[in-house]
Amino acid sequence: MKLLQALADGSVVAKRNLIKIKRVPDLLVFSTAAPIMFVLLFAYVFGGSIEIPGMDYREFLMAGIFAQTVLFGATITGSGLAEDITKGIIDRFRSLPMARSAVLVGRTTSDLVNNALVIVIMMITGLIVGWRIHSSPLEALAAVGILLLFAYAFSWAMAWIGLLVRSPEVFNNASFIFLFPITYIANTFVQSERLPSVLRHIAEWNPVSAVTLAARELFGNTSPLQTPPDVWPLQHPVLASLGWVVIFLLIFVPLANYQYKRAVAR
Amino acid sequence: MTDAIEAEGLVKRYGSVVALNGLDLTVPEGTIMGLLGPNGAGKTTAVRVFTTLLEADEGSARVAGLDVRKQADELRRSIGLSGQYAAVDDNLTGFENLDMVGRLYHLGRARSRERARELLERFDLEDAADRPVKGYSGGMRRRLDLAGALVAKPSVLFLDEPTTGLDPRSRLGMWDVIEELVKGGTTLLLTTQYLEEADRLADQIAVIDHGKVIAEGTADQLKDQVGGERLELSVATSAELATAMSALTDLAVGPMESDERQHHLTVPVAGGSAVLMEAIRRMDAESVKVLDIGLRRPTLDDVFLALTGHHAEGEEEK
Repeated sequence: MKLLQALADGSVVAKRNLIKIKRVPDLLVFSTAAPIMFVLLFAYVFGGSIEIPGMDYREFLMAGIFAQTVLFGATITGSGLAEDITKGIIDRFRSLPMARSAVLVGRTTSDLVNNALVIVIMMITGLIVGWRIHSSPLEALAAVGILLLFAYAFSWAMAWIGLLVRSPEVFNNASFIFLFPITYIANTFVQSERLPSVLRHIAEWNPVSAVTLAARELFGNTSPLQTPPDVWPLQHPVLASLGWVVIFLLIFVPLANYQYKRAVAR
Repeated sequence: MTDAIEAEGLVKRYGSVVALNGLDLTVPEGTIMGLLGPNGAGKTTAVRVFTTLLEADEGSARVAGLDVRKQADELRRSIGLSGQYAAVDDNLTGFENLDMVGRLYHLGRARSRERARELLERFDLEDAADRPVKGYSGGMRRRLDLAGALVAKPSVLFLDEPTTGLDPRSRLGMWDVIEELVKGGTTLLLTTQYLEEADRLADQIAVIDHGKVIAEGTADQLKDQVGGERLELSVATSAELATAMSALTDLAVGPMESDERQHHLTVPVAGGSAVLMEAIRRMDAESVKVLDIGLRRPTLDDVFLALTGHHAEGEEEK
């Protein structure tokens, strides 16, 4: 009963956040504009110089773009919370008999919905530039599911950072330091085996590589000419991705909750 | 009659800053308590402790018979808070804001909607109900925020500086609204740095400074505590101000206060109009040209000055 009530409270807060997406459509436009430009940049500018064995680069690229897009989408959680706690609305929430978890649950849930919207837009963009799904609809759905699950888990990390820095501007800079290596020292845009040795090891164990490869395989965007590197996460990308989701949630849900209590008790 | 708010020895420290320094306060049910003090006196901190937003380091407080620390969850059902910064969401409409608050008070979907419409009508926001709050004026936002505090018909209501930052017209409107809503017997704790506001709205006033209640009573009791009247005098030059001060010294029953820039002098006196006549005669004898002179009852600002040695308004604390 208490859990049901907490979920209901979370959904009320999520609804509030989603109304913002509706009222300020620029947010969605700009959160998709950058990844669309990345698609065009890599498909038409850099793509010609990147060789992927057995397939067109654009087929390879899109899973990486999806991973990048949902990771950047998850940062809204941090900036949204950093913005909320500077405003009176959090005091209002805290003076109400609602579940203490509702603010964080609501925020991460609405950002998940936002990410689902964005990924649909990116898939359409991919189809336009020549990306195709070569697997069953169920597998494709599983690919989207893994991307969104990972983004959801990642948004709890962003929540923690957002509550730690307490300012949307600082958060945007702080999150980028974190986001940049995790997104690009990976197999998102190039094959990790072509990276220099230190970076290659980082890339192979980077959670984003597992997620990207899982999506790539589930969309059927791989070729028999490519053999995944001989490390466990990339040999079992789906399992590894789910493992990372669990690890992220176990670490960052408590951290974010702890930081939320600290941030508001002033 | 029971007490709606009882606080004993509340202490709250932020590092080396002591926000509450042993605050004691009692508010009987159904009355309006004005918590009056300058910026940084600890008013907002006290409200945050009473509304469970903040835990005190020491001391205890009960609101509506419930312990703010141990029974926080229960307590939140029976209090309403409207803060210094309107706690409304800019992107939601007025209706959506109140509906959301109703849902979070667990009134249920139908009741929340009904209550939102009721309150929008009561606070004269019907026409703006379905517009995003972004386009509301300052006064409208405050009214909406106050409406939010009333959604669950709380038995104890906290208003933290409800009119700070409002223009005079909106302030008067807000006072009418507050007077109207406490007629129903709600207990209200109101913080303000405006003496006029406490004077008009509160049954009892607690003067707070440096995190402690330094005086308590009705507005009249507090004024009597200072006693007598105030003689106000304006002259044209600094030289005349100095002459006036020395000429009036023996009429003063307390410390005089002079404003060098405005060439203005305030003298606490006792004895009514006879003192005023005497003052005018002395100015005439010293050939001081008086621009303005008058006698008035002490205001709460004088009370504050007498109690703390500094003015209530416009003074920032470190």
